Amino acid sequence: MDRNELRKVQGERLIETVERTYFNVPYYRHRMQELGIGPESIRSVEDITRLPFTTKQDLRDNYPYGLFAVPLSEIVRIHASSGTTGKPTVVGYTRNDIATWSEVMARTLTCAGADKNDFIQIAYGYGLFTGGLGLHYGGEKIGASVIPISGGNTLRQIQLMHDFGSTVLACTPSYALYLAEAIIESGISRDEFRLRVGVFGAEPWTDNMRREIEDKLRIKAIDIYGLSEVIGPGVASECLFQEGLHINEDHFYPEIIDPETLQVLPEGSTGELVFTTITKHGLPLIRYRTRDLTRLNYGRCKCGRTFVRMDKCVGRSDDMLIIRGVNLFPSQVESILLEMGGITPHYQLIVDRINNLDSLELKVEVDEAFFLDRISQLEGLRSKIQGTLESYLGLGIKVTLVEPKALERSEGKAKRVIDKREIQVLK
Amino acid sequence: MLIPQLSVFLENKSGRLTEVLEVLGKEALRITALSVADTSEFGILRLIVSDTEKAKSLLKDNHFTVNLSEVISVMAPDEAKYYAKILKILSDQEISIEYTYAFSCGSKSIIILRCNNNGQAIKALKDHEMELINASDLYKI
Repeated sequence: MDRNELRKVQGERLIETVERTYFNVPYYRHRMQELGIGPESIRSVEDITRLPFTTKQDLRDNYPYGLFAVPLSEIVRIHASSGTTGKPTVVGYTRNDIATWSEVMARTLTCAGADKNDFIQIAYGYGLFTGGLGLHYGGEKIGASVIPISGGNTLRQIQLMHDFGSTVLACTPSYALYLAEAIIESGISRDEFRLRVGVFGAEPWTDNMRREIEDKLRIKAIDIYGLSEVIGPGVASECLFQEGLHINEDHFYPEIIDPETLQVLPEGSTGELVFTTITKHGLPLIRYRTRDLTRLNYGRCKCGRTFVRMDKCVGRSDDMLIIRGVNLFPSQVESILLEMGGITPHYQLIVDRINNLDSLELKVEVDEAFFLDRISQLEGLRSKIQGTLESYLGLGIKVTLVEPKALERSEGKAKRVIDKREIQVLK
Repeated sequence: MLIPQLSVFLENKSGRLTEVLEVLGKEALRITALSVADTSEFGILRLIVSDTEKAKSLLKDNHFTVNLSEVISVMAPDEAKYYAKILKILSDQEISIEYTYAFSCGSKSIIILRCNNNGQAIKALKDHEMELINASDLYKI
């Protein structure tokens, strides 16, 4: 699509979205009224800068359905991701939204070179997480044979990949690497597999990791990007040239802002990625701050697609960690610890990648408030912290009790997170 | 009868026990009894020292996590049957022992006990004419 024509379509869709949110979502109406604007203020896509931002906190404050823009009877699907204070971030889809999602996921898979002749092994988790079902609907839309194996059970993954002749693998990049090594260890010859391409996302990864996956699995590794608030996977994806991720900007309008001043940055600048969903009905979001830092490239791609490309994200403008595809804020850990002893003890999260899988360890300083004279009490404390965190985060975590002052401090304040994975690709 | 005991939380790291003892050693504190309970990841050092308050503040100043608790001390001949007898007195009363350790001293042994109900345990031991030791006598040993 010609970019001028695209801007016209984006403008029309933005106007409709602003109207829908203004009239159907009291929260947005109030925000716009506070700014002294209304639907009539938005005449083209350029006017988007007049609109207010939306943050994850706004979603939490309106938990669960406060930002939905349709009657709940119109919602056909609900997904959710874990949140800070026990409340997940909830997203709802109308039938039309599911069709949009299927469409953008079909594009994602097509972008990766998949078609109806492919067998797509979906090793993303199915359930409240958007990864599994997102890929699933996209796979069916292009007419491929979908294998909804979901995450985990590596031996079974390898067996079915081999026996069913999977040609496309969809999972997190760290799991892809783990699977690659498990295949090598299995001793089955690579020639017996038909795997050709992988679509990997839901966590940050480096180009080095891509090369390693490509070498070990002998496939093309395609980076895909999405977040449940915007739609799930399907927001952006690489084409086979692997030179940035094409954003489906006829559905999700991107901006790059300075996370401090909130001003839109000039083209080509690195800053925080912001999306406005311009076709969603269930949960339309205006200028949603992703907290992901990246850069947009409006140049035409060798593949011929005119949609803008985003670079691999280079970091976050907040302290969120992504571990095995699960979002984790240190404050979540803090609030859980607070509940245990009535005080916030010093703690440190150590994230590492061991055998290509993210590992998470929590070190907690044993404060006098926690410490009685009994082993059973300490063991109980340790397993309670571990159990609560695991059930809450849906992530395995190792909890270690350490002595006071054992944790590194800078200017008296403990360093809360040590990420040893080296996946930050800051340039 | 009830003896103050210090418990110190220790990571399973070489040199930590040495550090505790060096801190106490600087002030020439006497250690009457010492025991370590450990798991694969951490341990609890239990100490009976001549000056509990002083030892506690020294350890706290050196950033150790310290807990002050009370244990029971019984003196008995150093034969296994006496230890068994003491334990049986308690179990007959359905008093559970959280931990115990002992050391011998001449032909006697000093048995340290921490029970889920120390008061009840003391009563039971007295009723059976066991020889309970108070703190000041214990420090003289």
